[in-house]
Amino acid sequence: MKKDNILDNNYLPFAARIEDIVIESEDGSLKTFKIVFEDEADWEKWRHEPGQFAMLSVAGKGEAPIGIASSPYERDGLLFTVNRAGVVTTALHEMAVGARLGVRGPLGNGFPVDGDLKGKNIVIIAGGFAFTTLRATLLYLLENRGDFGDITVIYGARTPGMLLYRNEFLDWEKRDDINLYVTIDREAEGWHGLVGFVPQIVSQVNPSPEGARALICGPPIMIKFTMPPLEKAGWQDNQVYLSLENRMKCGIGICGHCSSGPIYVCKDGPVFTRAFLNTIPQEY
Amino acid sequence: MNSMDTPKKLIQLSKEDLLSAINGLKDVSYTVSPNFNDNAPGPGDNIIKRFMFPQPEPLLFLEREGKDMVHRPYCVISKSSLNPDDDTSHHTISDTVAETIILGIRPCDARSLWLNRLACEEDNLFSRRVDGLIIFGLLCNKGLSTCFCEDVGGGHQDVRGMDVAMIDDGDGELRLWAVSKKGLYILNRLGIYEDDIIDGLMEGATDNSHEKVGDCSLLDELMSKDMLTLYNAPFWQDIKDSCLNCGACTFLCPTCYCFDIQDEAYGKVGRRIRYWDSCMFPLFTLHASGHNPRGEKIYRVRNRFMHKFKYFIERFSHISCVGCGRCIIHCPVNIDVREVIGLMRAVS
Repeated sequence: MKKDNILDNNYLPFAARIEDIVIESEDGSLKTFKIVFEDEADWEKWRHEPGQFAMLSVAGKGEAPIGIASSPYERDGLLFTVNRAGVVTTALHEMAVGARLGVRGPLGNGFPVDGDLKGKNIVIIAGGFAFTTLRATLLYLLENRGDFGDITVIYGARTPGMLLYRNEFLDWEKRDDINLYVTIDREAEGWHGLVGFVPQIVSQVNPSPEGARALICGPPIMIKFTMPPLEKAGWQDNQVYLSLENRMKCGIGICGHCSSGPIYVCKDGPVFTRAFLNTIPQEY
Repeated sequence: MNSMDTPKKLIQLSKEDLLSAINGLKDVSYTVSPNFNDNAPGPGDNIIKRFMFPQPEPLLFLEREGKDMVHRPYCVISKSSLNPDDDTSHHTISDTVAETIILGIRPCDARSLWLNRLACEEDNLFSRRVDGLIIFGLLCNKGLSTCFCEDVGGGHQDVRGMDVAMIDDGDGELRLWAVSKKGLYILNRLGIYEDDIIDGLMEGATDNSHEKVGDCSLLDELMSKDMLTLYNAPFWQDIKDSCLNCGACTFLCPTCYCFDIQDEAYGKVGRRIRYWDSCMFPLFTLHASGHNPRGEKIYRVRNRFMHKFKYFIERFSHISCVGCGRCIIHCPVNIDVREVIGLMRAVS
């Protein structure tokens, strides 16, 4: 990352503030923050690709790496869906609209929407709150709909109340150019959609590997059980993209926290093909 | 080993005269390694690491503005003796970069600067700081039993990473010569190289910090090993059993550059700092979710050696070890990195 910033300091974030907060989940553990930059000139320069992340900085608390949930085409602010987990994300959850914070990025690579994914059928498989950067990706695909083949989305959460971006899913459901499968883990009152874990639904949908690429984000256990049905359907490891999460500090591939074998998840990733990940130690 | 093709102009000088010349430079600070004074064999005190990676190092400053804390690239110093003419003066992080002579470090430590540049060059704060360093390296007459620089591609007479090379001839006498453009410049400023000889030398001089590392059979051997076979080798289990995960080796190592970042804030002001961290510690990789990819000791022990002798090679085509032997001297349970290298070598 070469940043055209005051003093050329890699660690200085863009000054930003919270413009809107949406409580995404019924338990309040997930909030989506809409963030705008203080300086219009910073925002003019900002460009990101779907799949990239940024460091959200709460001065006095620290930084946390969060996937960018907004698509590159949403130019009225950045969206970050944050799970309340550690010191920084807890501080973020306690902040109100108007509060100031820092954004350092964009960092890492993204999904190769302009490369390997182009012209392919895309199968998006997500579990829980890992849908964030896949939302950015899906919006990108829809914006450039003609560049891609069939789009299939399989998304699951524990309960209906834990599903992210519900209003948008309702809109996507109405479109006839996405095959949408939204599932919850167990039966719930008022839920008339699919029931079952993501791997089961993958097995039922049985997406064809022909000319296709799969983008998978979710908890490790979901990924582990999603692979066998895909393999059974004939998917090869180089057709499957995963987005990793590791503890991160510097975000520019130096500090060592996110290393997994020879790679730095923050700089070389977070997006990797499963074929590549098979060649390195699995420390993620 | 001397890989330099820079033209040499050897100068004979007493340590006393060199020190007094350096002392006379107004805008250049300097620090003297104990090796410079006594020429004791071995790497000595690791002063270069503290200049490459000062700790704590401020990355930015924090200031309360209204009800929010905000980030600043500088801290504001209120009217004080520092600058009585100004109401306030801004102390920026880049202001702290100054030319500093490091006098008398050994070839191993000089080479660590070269290797760390490979890994950290994208870090503007690091790059700016080390650009200000002027290395007067002191070549080794002999080493300690724990020295193994030659095994990892260095040597007692290796001048890479240095700007000026020095040989201690005993009785307080030095022979020295410039090995980089920066070295020529500083010897000229010190009045050691006269103007008329500089022009000729400058032409053939290189920026020594980018000098290529020479052949090393260990490097070739490790490069050709399969990463996952090395990773899954059974001997890590034995090394893990004796290692205490104390982290002493990483803190003493001149090529260990991992760091942590933390915020310090008191009342209205604060700063974001970085300081040395160690892959030996379980917290190093702990996720907020509680998952830890290197939660067990074997992962951490293996990571240190694999980083130096395999992963770094994969990324930068060099071994991330200069053979100073400090980790051998100070390991509380006598883990000898040379033995670990031997075990890695034996993996087929």
